[in-house]
Amino acid sequence: MTLTYYLVLAAMLFTIGAVGVLVRRNAIVVFMCVELMLNSANLTLVTFSRAHGTVDGQVMAFFVMVVAAAEVVVGLAIIMSIYRTRRSASVDDANLLKY
Amino acid sequence: MPAEGLLAWSWLLIALPLAGAAILLLGGRRTDRWGHLLGTGTVVAAFVIGLLGTIQLAGLDKKSVGVDLFTFINVGSLDVRAGLLFDPLSAAFVLLITGVGALIHIYSIGYMAHDPGRRRFFAYLNLFVAAMLLLVLGNSFVALYVGWEGVGLASYLLIAFWYTRPAAATAAKKAFIMNRVGDVGLALAIFLMFSQLGTTSYAGVFGSIGTLAGGTITAIGLLLLLGACGKSGQFPLQAWLPDAMEGPTPVSALIHAATMVTAGVYLIARCAPIYDHTPTARTVVMLIGAITLLIGAIAGCAYDDIKKVLAYSTVSQIGYMFLAVGLGPAGYVAGLAHLYAHGFFKAGLFLGAGSVMHAMNDSVDMRRFGGLWKKLPITFVTFSLGYLALIGFPFLSGYWTKDAIIEAAFDRGDTLGYVLGGVAVFAAGLTAFYMTRLMLMTFFGPPRWEEGVHPHEAPPVMTAPMIVLAVGSVGAGFALVRAFPLGTWLAPVFGEPKETTHVLAPLTLTLVLVAVMLLGVGLAWLFVGRREVPVIAPARVSPVVRAARNALYADTVNESLFMRPGQWLTRALVFFDNRGVDGAVNGMAATLGGSSARLGRAQTGFVRTYALGMLGGAVLVAGALLAVTAG
Amino acid sequence: MNALAAAAATPVHLGNGEAVVFWVLGPIALAGALGMVLSRNAVHSALFLVNTMLCLGVFYVVQQAPFLGAVQIIVYTGAIMILFLFVLMLVGRDTSDSVVETLRGQRVAAIVLAVGFAGLVGAGIARATQNLPVTGLANARNGNGNIPAIAELLFTRYLLAFEVTSALLITAAVGAMVLAHIEREPGSRQTQKELSRARFLTARPQTLPGPGVFARGNSVAVPALLPDGTVSEESFATGLEPQEVDQMPRPTGREQLGSPDAALGTLDPAPSDGGPTR
Repeated sequence: MTLTYYLVLAAMLFTIGAVGVLVRRNAIVVFMCVELMLNSANLTLVTFSRAHGTVDGQVMAFFVMVVAAAEVVVGLAIIMSIYRTRRSASVDDANLLKY
Repeated sequence: MPAEGLLAWSWLLIALPLAGAAILLLGGRRTDRWGHLLGTGTVVAAFVIGLLGTIQLAGLDKKSVGVDLFTFINVGSLDVRAGLLFDPLSAAFVLLITGVGALIHIYSIGYMAHDPGRRRFFAYLNLFVAAMLLLVLGNSFVALYVGWEGVGLASYLLIAFWYTRPAAATAAKKAFIMNRVGDVGLALAIFLMFSQLGTTSYAGVFGSIGTLAGGTITAIGLLLLLGACGKSGQFPLQAWLPDAMEGPTPVSALIHAATMVTAGVYLIARCAPIYDHTPTARTVVMLIGAITLLIGAIAGCAYDDIKKVLAYSTVSQIGYMFLAVGLGPAGYVAGLAHLYAHGFFKAGLFLGAGSVMHAMNDSVDMRRFGGLWKKLPITFVTFSLGYLALIGFPFLSGYWTKDAIIEAAFDRGDTLGYVLGGVAVFAAGLTAFYMTRLMLMTFFGPPRWEEGVHPHEAPPVMTAPMIVLAVGSVGAGFALVRAFPLGTWLAPVFGEPKETTHVLAPLTLTLVLVAVMLLGVGLAWLFVGRREVPVIAPARVSPVVRAARNALYADTVNESLFMRPGQWLTRALVFFDNRGVDGAVNGMAATLGGSSARLGRAQTGFVRTYALGMLGGAVLVAGALLAVTAG
Repeated sequence: MNALAAAAATPVHLGNGEAVVFWVLGPIALAGALGMVLSRNAVHSALFLVNTMLCLGVFYVVQQAPFLGAVQIIVYTGAIMILFLFVLMLVGRDTSDSVVETLRGQRVAAIVLAVGFAGLVGAGIARATQNLPVTGLANARNGNGNIPAIAELLFTRYLLAFEVTSALLITAAVGAMVLAHIEREPGSRQTQKELSRARFLTARPQTLPGPGVFARGNSVAVPALLPDGTVSEESFATGLEPQEVDQMPRPTGREQLGSPDAALGTLDPAPSDGGPTR
């Protein structure tokens, strides 16, 4: 049991989150997948913080959380306003910006 | 020699008609009431000045007076001074232009009396007179060229005077374009002179022309001849002149019979010092003249349009003049004498034709004339005198001048001389034939008038110039050849006339010519006078007549040789432009546009597709990183 | 420094207790992540994510980051995920996602790329960190606890970033308000008194039925049912357009279904399969 396991777990979670972003159409679920990817990054930060014996990694993870909170607020507001006008929370329905 | 006395004011010759034209054109409708009087007055005044100047010139020792006016062009080594040259040759032309011009102006007062555009007509006529005087009075080729283009412009404006008629507008364009062809030749000749000699003044060019290589001189001579052919309606640029008869008849008389079309003869005669150095070009001039006089005479036999017959007669007679000036020193005087005589009798004939048209409701179809001699006695008499002068009836103008030309042709003494002389004699017979045909169809026989035509004699303002010109037709030849020999007057320009040994005895030639003339008249009587003239031209005619009716297919030749290839070239260029140039440009744009449209398809608008691309990029980066660190 | 690092460095292998925690919670976290991606119901996804996040919080605590663990559980799992659920309820929890992939090749490509990515990154990490030392944070804390250590860094080295974060949060709050705001005509807002007077002038002074009453779902998008099983139009959510109701779960009449339970509401075949407007 080494720290590598944490990192591999984080990589797997990140990949699952990425797949979720790619295959899910519900904008809120997509958002959740993004949150999962952020969390896996946090896990990596904390793990390396421990490995190197400095708290900076934890501070960085803390900042990630703050930014994620702000992002969630704005993102959910955007989803709400899109839903209000388009009656849909599907990311595929908002595809007007194209060729 | 600088001008003194009245000759210093000879620029007024040009300035007066030019001012008249400017006033009439700029003055607008308020000059309508007296415009024709002003226009006539300026030309009459110019005639008086020209006459007085000529008298003064006759009294001088050195018969060449220069009037330096101002610097026209001064660019680099090109320094053209605008100046006039008053010598016997230009004096003769000034008198012809202003004299006949004044008569025709007077005639036009009556002829154009009911035309709403009469003021405009006189303005154009004045413009023409001014340009023509500049042409003959200029002391350099550039001044000549300015006048040359000026008369071309005036000719264009006057042919298209009734511009609402498509035929007139087309004829004007045709004349203008064919004149352009000749003008290009003249311009090239002037360029060549300037590049080789550095000057364009007559004195400078004629003084040093002998220093040039023979080929260059021949080139200059041929280019000048091209210009002369264009302006004078000579082969191969003769097709515009008959069509130019769409203009008012006084225009035909003044511009397309008496003066402008003789500008080519003037040019060749003026350039005698150049042609003295190039026998080749001189021979070409002669041949052109012979070909043209034959073509004109043949075509004249077939037309039913009275003005076109006269027009082809003009072409033919100018051919005689070209033949004469092509003969060299022996023919200059004869050619210019014929030019003078022709100016009288052909102007008189045209004015007579105008009078006939005036009487026949502007119809020109001779097949609908007939028996007019009783109705139009003055016109008949004056016309008959012009006719007799033209066919060379003994002791009238044509007899003196045309015979001199034919005599000079035979006097060459070689085979070519005999051939040309023979052609000229034959054409003289044709001339007698077609003019007699015209006389018979117009004035004799039973009337074949259209309904509602009531012929009446023209007013005195029209008949008076006809009478004057008829007198000129009768007397000019004798006066110029015997009484006041033109050869003596022009001696300062062309040298003293030499006594030549005649190949044929003058009496023999005269008898031959009279016999040929009578033969032509007799044949015309046989073919036209004895039998009924059909009102509709017979359609079934021999190929010769058909060719003559088509003016020996000059238009067809022009069309197939120049117009069609030009059209093909234009179409090919347009095709190349559309498919080649535009094709390349548009094709490039289409390729770019098409490929970007295809590439744009990648922008589906689906966020998940983009996210897939991002993941693919991340995989690539991770793989690259691993490859770098592991490798 | 070198000596200090060497002294502080613990062996590469971790303790058994930690290994037990990892091997228990790691699969649970993975299962939660997979469940989030695979479940068709968005609410289930959210709950699966909560599960994963809780596991991660435990991992933080285990990895000497108790403050982050607490924040993870309280802020992330508690606040943010509740916000997700809140929006889900607004949007309508019953709009289950379709499993039909509409973009050709998207799913296959995503899986292939994801496997490739996981393979590359996992292999890279495994290879690079095979002998990663576990220095531990005991020395980094200077005898203080975890929170004072973080606070010390936050207010010294990362002060600027911290302050900028406050600006970011303010901006996010204002942005959310702007985005979610509905513009009203000036003066069109009625006072409480006017509203109650207007209400008592109507035939229905009592409150409107809430959404989802008597229905199987209780999202705002589900209208209430009347005792006979028909839709009560008074329960329509104001934010939704009338035609939207057609896409929402719609109760069916008692006479058509027979059993009282079924009459309480069912899903139409169309929305259960297609999701919105497809």
